[in-house]
Amino acid sequence: MPDPDTLHDRPSAAELVIAVREYLEQDVMPATEGRIAFHARVAANVLGIVERELILGATQAAEERARLVELLGHEGTIRDLTIELAKSIRAGDWDSRQAEVLPCVRAAVRAKLEVANPNYLPTEEEK
Amino acid sequence: MARIRIDEEHCAAACSRHFGSDATIANLRRLSGGASRETWSFDAMVADGPPQELVLRRDPGSSIGGTDRSTEFHLLRAAHSAGVPVPEVRFLLSEADGMGAGFVMERIAGETIPRKILRDEQYERARGLLTSQCGEIAAQIHAISLDDLPALPVQNARTQINQYRAVLDGFGEPHPAFELGLRWLDERAPTNAEEPRLVHGDFRNGNFIVDENGIKSVLDWDLAHLGDPVEDLGWLCVKSWRFGNSDLPVGGFGTAKELLDTYAAISETAVDEEQLRYWEVFGTLKWGVICELQGFTHLNGLVRSVELAALGRRVAEMEWDLLELLDA
Repeated sequence: MPDPDTLHDRPSAAELVIAVREYLEQDVMPATEGRIAFHARVAANVLGIVERELILGATQAAEERARLVELLGHEGTIRDLTIELAKSIRAGDWDSRQAEVLPCVRAAVRAKLEVANPNYLPTEEEK
Repeated sequence: MARIRIDEEHCAAACSRHFGSDATIANLRRLSGGASRETWSFDAMVADGPPQELVLRRDPGSSIGGTDRSTEFHLLRAAHSAGVPVPEVRFLLSEADGMGAGFVMERIAGETIPRKILRDEQYERARGLLTSQCGEIAAQIHAISLDDLPALPVQNARTQINQYRAVLDGFGEPHPAFELGLRWLDERAPTNAEEPRLVHGDFRNGNFIVDENGIKSVLDWDLAHLGDPVEDLGWLCVKSWRFGNSDLPVGGFGTAKELLDTYAAISETAVDEEQLRYWEVFGTLKWGVICELQGFTHLNGLVRSVELAALGRRVAEMEWDLLELLDA
């Protein structure tokens, strides 16, 4: 769906990334071998990450901020709140409250995997 | 620093110098794999002898942790003398070779790509042998006398936990999942009353050269140190090294019981599943930190590479596995 809030022409950023990924997969990979073909596949996978982040990133950020604000009890940027959480885990502040902190950390990691490598997440039957 | 070129001319000069006889080089090519070290394959014709099939292993930039190439060279030599299946080393590069830090060793034929080892029909028989061979070879490595080894750091669980915290702080990126893992590992760190042993440090599917009869050679001694030998067994079971065969913890080819039984029979050291699990959790965290380190090796310009950049985003996989293990 076209972004209602952009001044740029189609193809969108995501669509351009898809075009480059398809070029790597369909033209470069079959025409090369060894190291170059391997790196072309890695590069195509990297562009897959960029595509998913362009599509999911904004929603994921809002959800993550809400989770952290709820857990830590105050406002902040995702980065500042995550730094605070990491430091307090290291200090042992959550040792007796694992049940509170684990679901929050797991949700963040799940969101990162939905972008970085969605195939890594267990499917419904595997759960 | 002048950019180093690896070409036939430099390789020929190095081989002539170290073999003490005129050498010509053919079939020089860079091998894929090995995100942190460069490996090159070439054939050397020295005097009237048969062509020697060789591999050059070198640091692409300055070192990003792990041992230096000279230490790895001497380690391989010690392992070879102790009967561990490793490539025989030929010579260490010197300043005059102009190819940076590295060494040349014999090229062993066989397969290292884990997915082929786990799936190709050719290795069906080998797959039945790999687990007990891993137990045997690990026991051999852990039995090497420390007197025969180059100087290596002692790194038990707690020293490494502190190192990983320092590494993570150095990058400045917060990782709550890693912190949960580090806390868990710190609380349960083994005290290791016994003397430290040689730990390979990267003993896993992907670093074994395999043929129809199983393991021919153990590669990549870059992370070797002295410490708790169970670290090698736990690392071998980390989920990433099962390459999709998740229900076979040992490299995607075997069970923990078979590994521990073989290891106990040869080393006369009983390892229980709880110890193994500790080092599997540890290994999962270690691999996560290495992925981040490799991402930053790209970001800070030490080695620009799309492969390293991609590893930065694999961190989430290890965070996921870590949380699964802690929750179990």
